[in-house]
Amino acid sequence: MAAPVRSTADQPTSSVQNLTIGKALNLGLRAAMEADDKVLVLGEDVGKLGGVFRITDGLQKDFGEQRVLDTPLAESGIIGTAVGLAVRGFRPVCEIQFEGFIFPGFDQISSQLAKLHYRTQGGIKVPVVIRVPYGGGIGAVEHHSESPESLFAHIAGLKVVSCANPVDAYWMIQQAIRCDDPVLFFEPKRLYHSGALKAPVDTAAEPDPLFASRTVRQGSTATLVAYGPSVKVCLDAATAAAEDDLSLEVIDLRTLSPLDLEPVFESVRRTGRLITVSEAPSESSITSEIAARVQQECFYSLESPVLRVTGFDTPYPPSKLEEHYLPDLDRVLHAVDRALAW
Amino acid sequence: MTDTLSTAVSHELDENALLEAYRTMRTIRAFEERLHDEFATGEIPGFVHLYAGEEASATGVCAHLDGRDSIASTHRGHGHCIAKGVDVKAMMAEIYGKKTGSCHGKGGSMHIADLSKGMLGANGIVGGGPPLICGTALAAKQRGTGGVGVAFFGDGASNQGTTLESLNLASVWNLPAIFVAENNGYAEATSSSWSVAADNIADRAAGFGMPGVIVDGFDFFAVHEAAGEAVQRAREGGGPTLIEVKFTRYFGHFEGDQQTYRAKEVAEARAKLDCLKRFRARVTETGQVDAARLDAIDTQVADLIDAAVEEAKAAPKPTAADLETDVYVSY
Repeated sequence: MAAPVRSTADQPTSSVQNLTIGKALNLGLRAAMEADDKVLVLGEDVGKLGGVFRITDGLQKDFGEQRVLDTPLAESGIIGTAVGLAVRGFRPVCEIQFEGFIFPGFDQISSQLAKLHYRTQGGIKVPVVIRVPYGGGIGAVEHHSESPESLFAHIAGLKVVSCANPVDAYWMIQQAIRCDDPVLFFEPKRLYHSGALKAPVDTAAEPDPLFASRTVRQGSTATLVAYGPSVKVCLDAATAAAEDDLSLEVIDLRTLSPLDLEPVFESVRRTGRLITVSEAPSESSITSEIAARVQQECFYSLESPVLRVTGFDTPYPPSKLEEHYLPDLDRVLHAVDRALAW
Repeated sequence: MTDTLSTAVSHELDENALLEAYRTMRTIRAFEERLHDEFATGEIPGFVHLYAGEEASATGVCAHLDGRDSIASTHRGHGHCIAKGVDVKAMMAEIYGKKTGSCHGKGGSMHIADLSKGMLGANGIVGGGPPLICGTALAAKQRGTGGVGVAFFGDGASNQGTTLESLNLASVWNLPAIFVAENNGYAEATSSSWSVAADNIADRAAGFGMPGVIVDGFDFFAVHEAAGEAVQRAREGGGPTLIEVKFTRYFGHFEGDQQTYRAKEVAEARAKLDCLKRFRARVTETGQVDAARLDAIDTQVADLIDAAVEEAKAAPKPTAADLETDVYVSY
């Protein structure tokens, strides 16, 4: 019997598309809605307008007003509604327009969403995804540029992730929606429509697991750990450092709660130096947690203290001060120099 | 109970008060129209939400307020600031992000505040202001100052839990508070005719045990009269009032908004309903004010705005050292 001839006629011409993060999220949401009719999208202006960042563009038109719901301006109500939908079998995806607007809904997130499964001793699942555009660099002020992810990572019962590139944007949003636990999904808003980050996304590929960090550049001199918008900053820094014969390893955390730090420990045991990078204020943050865990696991491997390059421990500043506040290539490289000079 | 007020001419305003009201409304209009032009040049950072078209509300309400009183504003807060007496040049510098601004460049358009004028701040959180006003009104009541608190908020904020909680608290505590719902028809792109599950925001007052009134927001005199009654009632211990002011904003939600969600009501409002045009027509037709005096105010205001923009552009930026100041009283 002859080997079957593989027909190309049935295959789409290509499953690979060149996408921005924003478009990848849009297509990821679309794929999740096509795969499961229990997936609903709700939020302020997500329907007719397609979201202020256009991430839900076209979804209401194609899936209807029953599945893509414009809501009144009421974050607590949006999240509370999503909790009610989820306990009755839906998989709601809420959009919070800017990260600073999540705080009116904080009570519902912390007191209901995160607690119901525990409170009912496992009797209720609450598969809600809350999408949160976050981070600075868009010339806005407090409430529109902040990085509050550590606050949510601190709450037991929530999972917290952040994507940093189009491939992850496409897959991680779908995996978050399939997850049976509540997921806070932080999206690097200033990179939504970045042409420089456009990348080929193979919608037929097998994605990495959701709750796993990933080494995105190999190196041997020092380790940089980042997530979301800071991953690009670290990759740029590693490229610049290579000109000085410094070999920096870069790890994209991807998941902030639970943290997947085994790749970080393995890396630090080789390089002996760790710099963590985040736009969030440093105190009591994700970067603090990594530093604590690394000193615990890699104490005898460390050649220098774990250093943190972060936003300031201040409210997020207005636009004229952003360049001082946000971690950039120079601040990252300066930290590398300090670690090497220890 | 909700009443619709007639637009009878108020007889309580003398010529000086009329001229002052006109100056305030003209200043707000000129400030906002100039910002509309300047924002398009790219020199102004961040987001700017303009109050043009809504001048009669801030002006008609704040005309009754004095140094004892405080107001909380919204992301569309420039008009409230000007009507409460915040320095126009400092406001402009603030919007340009400069060190000479009302908040030394740390507030920006959405967070202009001047407590010395009783202005608690514009507010980047929709529905963020009403709870603050419960606090200031309670303070005024406890201290017996006779002061009132006024929370300006939009139709979007009327659906926020914080706003509804505040209405309830103000009634429960019989606070000297006035809630001014500025219904300009849209929360960003969402129509209030859809998002507000009542015929009128003012109808909700009954549910909180306070009077609710609806006024034509393009009519300064209607706003002035309704606010006057509410402020007097509050000062005399009669408790809170919910006033719904209905009108249309002339510009988009923010500068740059394509406004695909709304049709041609703006042009019609500008042509037929405009608060400045109607004010001028009324006071000149009744002979209360000479048109030449209004023209003179127009010129003075235009000069003030020119100077404010010029000085704001020339003013120094905050420095890196300003990042770490004023975070704590002591540390």
